[in-house]
Amino acid sequence: MNLTIDVSHKEDVAYLTLVGEVDAFTAPKLKDTILPLTKEEGQVVEVDFEQVNYMDSTGLGVFISALKSTKEHNSEMKLIHMQDRVYRLFKITGLTEIMNIDSTVQGGM
Amino acid sequence: MESFDFVEVKVPAKAEYIGVVRLSISGIANRMGFTFEDIEDLKVAISEAITNAVKHAYKETGEGEITIGFGIYENRLEVMVADHGGSFNLGEIKEDIGPYKQDDDIEELREGGFGLFLIDALMDKVEINSKYGVIVLMTKYLHETEVGQDGDQISTSQ
Repeated sequence: MNLTIDVSHKEDVAYLTLVGEVDAFTAPKLKDTILPLTKEEGQVVEVDFEQVNYMDSTGLGVFISALKSTKEHNSEMKLIHMQDRVYRLFKITGLTEIMNIDSTVQGGM
Repeated sequence: MESFDFVEVKVPAKAEYIGVVRLSISGIANRMGFTFEDIEDLKVAISEAITNAVKHAYKETGEGEITIGFGIYENRLEVMVADHGGSFNLGEIKEDIGPYKQDDDIEELREGGFGLFLIDALMDKVEINSKYGVIVLMTKYLHETEVGQDGDQISTSQ
């Protein structure tokens, strides 16, 4: 019932690996980590969801803030390796239309 | 009267307990025979309701308790989340919910407004009673016995 966030950098890409659950308890930590990264111009932020086994609207809120920040600061965000269950929430809320989400690995699509 | 088992859980109105309640509902729903997908839906729905209650409690006093009731029926699970703080403006909340539409301005995106919308999308029936604090009552049916969904129901809130 916790979230581990690992950040690594390679050239102009920042990789965030999330392990665990994103809810109202863990979302503030995620927001504090991801927002500063999106404020650097030209920065690409890749968030790896492969080991996220639970997420709810508090997580969606974090990624909406991050997306807004990328538009303001001319950076970019990609959400990768998303599991079907988590992808479904982005789909239901219409966020798949505006976010760069790659669910190919887990979804088998 | 239709018989049912009732389980009540009371937790402090703090975000760190949301995961604990998720484990409870997961156990109850699993015992009832819900599918893996339905259990995941229930986990999100109950977390959203508790998140709302926690936020509300913090706004009011920064403390308090949240009571969660599980009405376990043969064909459905009724979940009650009661936040015995004040009441929020439901009209305002309802206006705020709904999915993002392509022509919405990105600046207008609701960072915190998806909670009730998700509850509504993931559960079969959702009712909100704000007479004494705020009580969210949500129902999910076991798919095998979905008939009778429109029939008369006795709610655990009565």
